[in-house]
Amino acid sequence: MKYVFQFGIVRDHLPQLLDGAWLTIRLSLGAFALGFIIAMLLAYLRTAGPRPLRAAIAAYVEVIRNTPFLVQLFIIYFSLPAIGIRFEAITAALLGMSLNFSGYATEIVRSGIEAVPRSQIEAGHSLGFTRLQIFRHIIVFPALRTVYPALASQFVLLMLGSSIVSAISAEELTAVTNTLQSTTFRVFEFYFVATGLYLLMAVGARLLLHAIYWAVFEHGRPVERAWSR
Amino acid sequence: MPLLALSNIRKRYGSNVVLDDVSLDVEAGEVVAVIGRSGSGKTTLLRCINGLEAIDEGSIVFDGKPLPPDGADLRELRRHIGIVFQSLNLFPHHSVERNITLGPTITNKVPLAEAKAIALDVLREVDLEDKLHAYPAQLSGGQQQRVAIARALAMHPRLMLFDEITSALDPELVGEVVKVLERLAVSGMTMVLVTHEMGFARRTADTLVFMHQGRVWEKGPPRELFAAPKTPELESFIRAVLEPND
Amino acid sequence: MSRDFDWPEFLFLLGALRWTVVLSLIAFVGGGIGGLVLAIARTSSHAILRWVAAAYIGVMQGTPVLMQLFLAYYGLAVLTGIRIDPWPAVTIAFTMYAAAFLGEIWRGAIQAIPRQQWEAAAAIPLDPAARLRHVILPQAFRIAIPPTVGFLVQLIKGTSIASIIGFVELTRAGQLIVNVTFQPMVVYPLIAVLYFALCWPISLVALRLERRIDAALGIKQHP
Repeated sequence: MKYVFQFGIVRDHLPQLLDGAWLTIRLSLGAFALGFIIAMLLAYLRTAGPRPLRAAIAAYVEVIRNTPFLVQLFIIYFSLPAIGIRFEAITAALLGMSLNFSGYATEIVRSGIEAVPRSQIEAGHSLGFTRLQIFRHIIVFPALRTVYPALASQFVLLMLGSSIVSAISAEELTAVTNTLQSTTFRVFEFYFVATGLYLLMAVGARLLLHAIYWAVFEHGRPVERAWSR
Repeated sequence: MPLLALSNIRKRYGSNVVLDDVSLDVEAGEVVAVIGRSGSGKTTLLRCINGLEAIDEGSIVFDGKPLPPDGADLRELRRHIGIVFQSLNLFPHHSVERNITLGPTITNKVPLAEAKAIALDVLREVDLEDKLHAYPAQLSGGQQQRVAIARALAMHPRLMLFDEITSALDPELVGEVVKVLERLAVSGMTMVLVTHEMGFARRTADTLVFMHQGRVWEKGPPRELFAAPKTPELESFIRAVLEPND
Repeated sequence: MSRDFDWPEFLFLLGALRWTVVLSLIAFVGGGIGGLVLAIARTSSHAILRWVAAAYIGVMQGTPVLMQLFLAYYGLAVLTGIRIDPWPAVTIAFTMYAAAFLGEIWRGAIQAIPRQQWEAAAAIPLDPAARLRHVILPQAFRIAIPPTVGFLVQLIKGTSIASIIGFVELTRAGQLIVNVTFQPMVVYPLIAVLYFALCWPISLVALRLERRIDAALGIKQHP
């Protein structure tokens, strides 16, 4: 093997890598927030709205889930300008990530909503709650608790998938890594370290999400035991 | 020599003492009904007998041989101990016949034709010979439990263990299973049952064991214990469980 | 000099679609074999096997596919001094990726089988190999089919990333056509439609399989 490893050069450029990682994190959080709000709205309308709306939302979800994220980005960043809608790279990235995430999140939240036992909802009806009140007081918390693991996994997928936005030159971690490796020719070292950074972020995200679950859904609440012995 | 000798069994889950100095002898042909509240340790005790749970202290001796911890030795011993669980006994992707012939053909190395004959025999014993080629999903809960009993009997065990096998059944299906249990008891099978079926316990069991907080709280012939419980715990348990006109 | 988007361009896209399918299938089959090995390692009683498999799956699932591709294509080329062809790099990268995800799916399927089934099989008794062969794996197989088919869709979509290193599959073909026709408004949505036409039927099959499996095994043992 003729290659001589020089990780020192990576260390010199670490601040740039970390800047890129920071953008990755911000993009991911932003896309998650936006996508989650959209998903809650769509999931609610999917179960409680008029039929044409429910069909439209189902179609939206199917399109998002059966086309590649990269192509969705290209449409937002390259196709829309042809009809006058122009975005900056970062905005396009955020929008693309949010919409993509919302496609999956809508399905996830919807399955959580449908997992809430009918008897709970009927109890709400008999208490005179409106549909919206039932949603807010009876459905939301248990539904989110049920699907939290799926949503958490989807967030990690979102964050790792953000690397694809490098293709439209948003300056997140992957794009920065590409630039650095091509200017310094330390190809392997930069990709290796960047991959390690992603792994750290993914592991960190999972730990954080575990903690959030505990804090929101378990702390101070009696825990149901699955076995009586 | 008793067929099964449990001596000074102790078991802990973390800081929780689940079994506390439990001793019990079971003679060949004896029918032992183990009763108690949830958490009393009765199911754990049963599962220790065939090694599904490990004990921390004490000894379990079956047919003169101590229970091996795991591996081929434990498997050898398990050939002689049958067990039926509360649910999910049968393998859903196999027919009733295949469920029953798996053990004899694979472990007892019995030729398939002979195993099929055994399957028919044991199904007859539980009144289900017409279900030979059915699949578990096509059977009622009571039928599934009876097939599970038949499957255990196909290995010609010397001891049969039952873990609340009627507790998950709809009430009208319980009778057919209890009938099979009674027939089995009359035929001389050694049986240890964790059960809530007090009628069966009183009519058919030779020994009643009442467990409480991981200990054998009271032990003796069922009629005596039901008529005159010596401890307030058993008394309140009987009152809580028995129907008024039983 | 720009061209119009017409039949020759569309046929070019279809030709590239072919490579998308080929790449996906190779990764799916190769990943399937790897995934089976990983799943068995993950559920084995030997701690070392479990740890190694878990580490592999953890890294593959904790890093972006694009990075894995870059390492396979650029990284390996630089390390060995040989110019690596896109095909081997891409197939290796996607096969390793698929193996990790399929391994997780199949591990989940094996572990989804109720504890009582393991215990009932062990209590008969059946030796560990017979348990796997007659009781656990047949059931796991049925449980695993719908998510496995669903993953095929993920894989097909994932191959679009190969375009970033210049591998000419459907997405790259789309970029090339756009560069020549200057009609992103037509080409990219069309690409999306082609992917949809490929993926959606597979998703529907996976959904139907899932419903059928639920029905067959879900009613399984209702005492």
